[in-house]
Amino acid sequence: MMDPLYELRDVSKAYDGRTVIDIDSLTVNPGEVLAVVGPSGAGKSTLLRMLNFLEFPDSGTLTYRGQTVRPGEIPLPARREVTTVFQRPALLSTSVWRNIGYGLRLRGRRDSRAEVGSIIRRLGLESLALAQARTLSGGEAQRVALARATVLKPTVLLLDEPTANLDPYNVGLIEEVVREMNEEAGLTVVLVTHNVFQARRLAHRVALLLSGKVAECAGTQAFFESPQDPRTAAFVNGEMVY
Amino acid sequence: MDAIWAGLQQGIRLLFSGDPAFWEIILLSAQVSGIALVISAALGVPLGALLGLMRFPGRRAIQAVVYTGMGFPPVVVGLAVYLLLSRNGILGSANLAWVPDLFTVPAMIVAQVIIATPLVVGYTMSAVSDVDPNLRLQLRSLGATSWQATWAILHEARHGVLVALVGGFGSIISEVGAVTMVGGNIEHSTRVVTTAIVLETRRGNLNMAIGLGMVMLGMAFLINLAVTQLHGKGQ
Repeated sequence: MMDPLYELRDVSKAYDGRTVIDIDSLTVNPGEVLAVVGPSGAGKSTLLRMLNFLEFPDSGTLTYRGQTVRPGEIPLPARREVTTVFQRPALLSTSVWRNIGYGLRLRGRRDSRAEVGSIIRRLGLESLALAQARTLSGGEAQRVALARATVLKPTVLLLDEPTANLDPYNVGLIEEVVREMNEEAGLTVVLVTHNVFQARRLAHRVALLLSGKVAECAGTQAFFESPQDPRTAAFVNGEMVY
Repeated sequence: MDAIWAGLQQGIRLLFSGDPAFWEIILLSAQVSGIALVISAALGVPLGALLGLMRFPGRRAIQAVVYTGMGFPPVVVGLAVYLLLSRNGILGSANLAWVPDLFTVPAMIVAQVIIATPLVVGYTMSAVSDVDPNLRLQLRSLGATSWQATWAILHEARHGVLVALVGGFGSIISEVGAVTMVGGNIEHSTRVVTTAIVLETRRGNLNMAIGLGMVMLGMAFLINLAVTQLHGKGQ
């Protein structure tokens, strides 16, 4: 059994006195796809920002590769092993090509033509390579966001509702690339989604987050077919109103 | 009307005559306002970026000060600098080596820096605030350090920042009240275009006043053309 990549113990986080994360225990294992599902306001996006070291727990322990995560103490190389694709991509006002190469340029890569060209082809963006980012549709922009994240070959890819409001073509393409990178490169993925079908298609394990707490975390089949928590059953069956 | 027309013709002739007194005034104006703008940019762009990007206690109070500064009448700035630098003023009486004397070019630069800096801060803050607030977080998630993310956002807001600089320059090159009060309009020393126009008009020397006025109009046109172009590029 490999050591977990992330480990959360009694982690809490509050904004303006309102607790948004209150997790007793959660792990993310190397090479797995963990889906985090739950209603809006459950704390899913906050959890992802903590896993990307963009925010930090108020109390409890979050470890990455066994090292406790504290503000200002994450070495840059470790920080750069993790990247996020957000629900609404914010792109630089330049070409698609330069947007995709941004992270590589940050890492001092002068010539990134091969990697950028390869990911552009993989995500079907060839005809848009020289287009200005502001001219893209929502689905195209999200594919660029996925390209600029995956071109970095991260250890961990965090996906925050990456296919919300996208058409079936873009959803299929994005899911295919994520699955491929997980299976071929061993990419660890944490996927936040409202879409239980997507969680079922992609994830090895699923966690249900309710009011900042992990109600249940189990293998995908067990989560959907024999949930232990009645709230999980209600969520899976679409009975949970939110 | 004839006098104005004749003044206009002679003013145009003066423009191409290479008159040393005429060009000395124009070059001094460009020098004073150019140096003031560089100092204002060095102070104003980082402060504007900070106010546009960061949330911290006292930010609103600083913003209120900046907005007030943007509307400051230049003549009031001139009066304040005059009172500070005069021999009886707080700084003037202290005999400090770094404090400029009144009626010198450095005193005029100080006044213009005080006029231009709030404009540069305010416009930079506005330009930076207009950049998608999610961008910073997303660049950080791609591995940008705090400085790299800030630089990228300034780059995104570059057209607005350039407009801030051009606007700041326009406000000081065309200003007359403060430079008159702290510069004194001394020939071959502190006489700039705006103060010279006032003087020559009072003397009835309309040729010189119109010639200088045309240069000012030309500069104003070029500045506005630059702003328009930059706005167009930013769209």
